[in-house]
Amino acid sequence: MVKIENLSKSYENGQIHALKNINLNIERGELFGLIGPDGAGKTSLFRILTSLLIPDSGNALILNYNTIKDYKEIRKITGYMPGRFSLYQDLSVEENLEFFASVFGTTIKENYYLIEDIYKQIEPFKKRLAGKLSGGMKQKLALSCALIHKPEILILDEPTTGVDAVSRKEFWEMLLKLKKQNITILVSTPYMDEAILCDRIALIKNGEILTVETPQNIINQFDKKIYNVKSQSMYKLMKDLRGFEHTHSTFLFGQFVHFIPNKIDFNTEYLEKYLLDNNHSDIFIKEIMPSIEDCFMELDQAKSD
Amino acid sequence: MRTIFFILQKEFNQIKRNLFMLQLMIILPVVQLIVLANAATMDIKNINLAIVDRDVSTLSRQLISKFEGSPFFTITYRDFSEKEALNQILINEADAVIVIPENFQKKLIKNDKAKLQFSVNAINGMSAGITNYYIQSIILDFNKKIISDWKMPSSELKNMKSINVKFQHWYNKELIFNIFMVPGILVVLVTIMGMFLPGLNLVREKEIGTIEQINVTPIKKYQFILGKLIPFLIISFIELTLGLLVGIPLFSVPVVGSFLVLYGAALVYLFAVLGFGLLLSTFANTQQQLMFLAFFVLIIYILMSGIFTPTESMPDWGKAINAINPIYYFMNAIRMIILKGAGFYDIRSQIFPLLIYGIIVFSLAIFRYRKTAV
Repeated sequence: MVKIENLSKSYENGQIHALKNINLNIERGELFGLIGPDGAGKTSLFRILTSLLIPDSGNALILNYNTIKDYKEIRKITGYMPGRFSLYQDLSVEENLEFFASVFGTTIKENYYLIEDIYKQIEPFKKRLAGKLSGGMKQKLALSCALIHKPEILILDEPTTGVDAVSRKEFWEMLLKLKKQNITILVSTPYMDEAILCDRIALIKNGEILTVETPQNIINQFDKKIYNVKSQSMYKLMKDLRGFEHTHSTFLFGQFVHFIPNKIDFNTEYLEKYLLDNNHSDIFIKEIMPSIEDCFMELDQAKSD
Repeated sequence: MRTIFFILQKEFNQIKRNLFMLQLMIILPVVQLIVLANAATMDIKNINLAIVDRDVSTLSRQLISKFEGSPFFTITYRDFSEKEALNQILINEADAVIVIPENFQKKLIKNDKAKLQFSVNAINGMSAGITNYYIQSIILDFNKKIISDWKMPSSELKNMKSINVKFQHWYNKELIFNIFMVPGILVVLVTIMGMFLPGLNLVREKEIGTIEQINVTPIKKYQFILGKLIPFLIISFIELTLGLLVGIPLFSVPVVGSFLVLYGAALVYLFAVLGFGLLLSTFANTQQQLMFLAFFVLIIYILMSGIFTPTESMPDWGKAINAINPIYYFMNAIRMIILKGAGFYDIRSQIFPLLIYGIIVFSLAIFRYRKTAV
């Protein structure tokens, strides 16, 4: 469906490398996630795929259409939702949808079945100006507008950034439904908890793809133990853990510190004794399953080593 | 074609939503026309005069009373000190000083000639010239009267041969400045609207990011640009009509030409100006940048267009710049149509350059507008 070969893009006369020799294949009907922090190159990649940006080198093909040469075809078969809300705030919900349907040479009626589930939720407000909608409703409208011409592939740039937890959940439920309609979906997100919902994910950082795998495989490939650690002084705990002889890596994760030992037969008693020796109290140590974020951190560290 | 219709529908919806802007677009030009056409006048109605009369004779008094009797002059100072009178110019209390020297009457009777001195404040060269002209004409008049009173019997005066030059000012018989200015100001007003509004509208789409969503649609570049041009072309026409409706009766502008020619010329002109505004907008990324850029170009174009000063007296390089100044062409054309009654054939040398100009800038605007970033 999507084939990306040796794609590179730099800005400011080659000073900033947004994408470094990216290779990626996405299958038809896949829900593919691009996971990475801000500035990883996600938006640049999407802008190249949607024919908005010309790469320095390499090729990107969607359904064998080249994003540079066949940009006219590309624009017909892709639905794009930019990271920033880009619909007309001074037009109503209905007018926005009608406009985007008509410029693609279709009507709301024709493809209503595709957007029905999503649009139904904002239809009571169809006379309201898009600028007056809440964040979650804006996302639903944007998704409706991106879908209205029945694209083969949906490209969503951080659709859930700045959206509340409930709306985020709803949004992903809608994506899973769309997947059933056999629409290929390429979505980027900085949220690791959303990654698990994708068929496959690519972890991307500093313009490089660290790995491409199913979320489960990424977790399975994690070959180390990982512990939640807590004590009365988190700051001192971080500091002391860094100085511990068996530490592979350690980082703050919510209310815990994630501690990864440098050997697989690690015994927690070592750690407990070490912490007691360093005057820690209320010590809590528990082995956990690694999350996608742990894997990301691990891969990132492996890369920089 | 259908796509353009949908784009236009969207543009009009947006314009309709922005009621405040719409009101401004319609009311402001009319207000400006009324204020500017009245205020921007070259007619000099009141000249403050300081008189130093050292002679204090019958003749000097007669001369002064001539000035007093003229509707153009107000005598604000009258004393014997020339120094103090010149100071009046310095402190802006007087526009001109007339010094009548001692023995003015005596010399005139004895020698048949006498000298007078007048000094004019020439900070504004134009009004100094006019003041000078007014003063001279009064003195000349006075001179004639003396000659006729003293030197000639009335029978001889009748037979005196002289060449009598009489002026007749064509197309604006009474040299009413308003009649000259109203069409000019109308041009400036529709130009400002045409140059700024479509361009700002386009740059706004860049600023708030909606252009991103437009660029991934199959909308063609020319369709998008036309979608920006047509609504504002219509608005500019409404503005022009409103300006004519208010300006013509209010300032009693005699319209000699036909409205068909006027609107035909306006269509060609607005196409060029709107296209130019859109071309500028392809260089700017923010509304602020565009405002600055358009303002800079507009000021030069307006001041060089011949709205206040005759373009014929410009240096050659100025005339060369005017060759690419659309306002210059239309400024000429509209005055020719309204005041002279010019037809399409008479304004062909204004219309053709504008048409070529319009086609070039519009094509460039489409060419420069990119749906893809590099």
